[in-house]
Amino acid sequence: MTTTATGPVAAEIRQRLVSALSPTQLVVTDDSAKHRGHAGHDSRGESHFTVEVESAAFVGLNRVARQRLVNRALADLLAERVHALAIRATAPGEE
Amino acid sequence: MTDDVQARIAETVNAHDVLLFMKGSPLFPQCGFSSRAIAILDHLGVEYGSVDVLQDQGIRQGIKQYSDWPTIPQLYVKGEFVGGSDIMMEMYETGELAELMQKAGVTAKAA
Repeated sequence: MTTTATGPVAAEIRQRLVSALSPTQLVVTDDSAKHRGHAGHDSRGESHFTVEVESAAFVGLNRVARQRLVNRALADLLAERVHALAIRATAPGEE
Repeated sequence: MTDDVQARIAETVNAHDVLLFMKGSPLFPQCGFSSRAIAILDHLGVEYGSVDVLQDQGIRQGIKQYSDWPTIPQLYVKGEFVGGSDIMMEMYETGELAELMQKAGVTAKAA
């Protein structure tokens, strides 16, 4: 079960990615409920996310370089608040 | 981070054709993402080494610097950083990971 994320951490993630990557599509999903009771689960929730980002910034970059851009934009959140982030990074026109 | 840890990581990475830094062991992965990475490598049927970062705080932090990558698991083939579990899954699905292993001359496990 996933829910489209509306919490404060999700909002922060969305805002960071918008300003760093000017995405043409952006979906932030909160997967935390799937990880309840598992290591890294946070009682405040909002510990596990999936982000799907489509951005022209990814054109010509390989997968590692694309994810690094996403990870950099969110570095301190990943270090302190978010336990796990799944990333799907595409350039416009890619499937 | 000490250079000693970085040197130790480099030595381990270069000593294996395929190496996975993970949480837990291949038999008992301690995290869903590490578990997924192991499942992919097992499906490919390649021989691989693994390092349990939970057993060594120095490596757990040092590997993130070594690769400039903030998360575990991390896959290395022939000393090159390939990616984390999302990238492994994407490359597995497109066949790129099998191709990469083949190009690298990585041997399949004896059946």
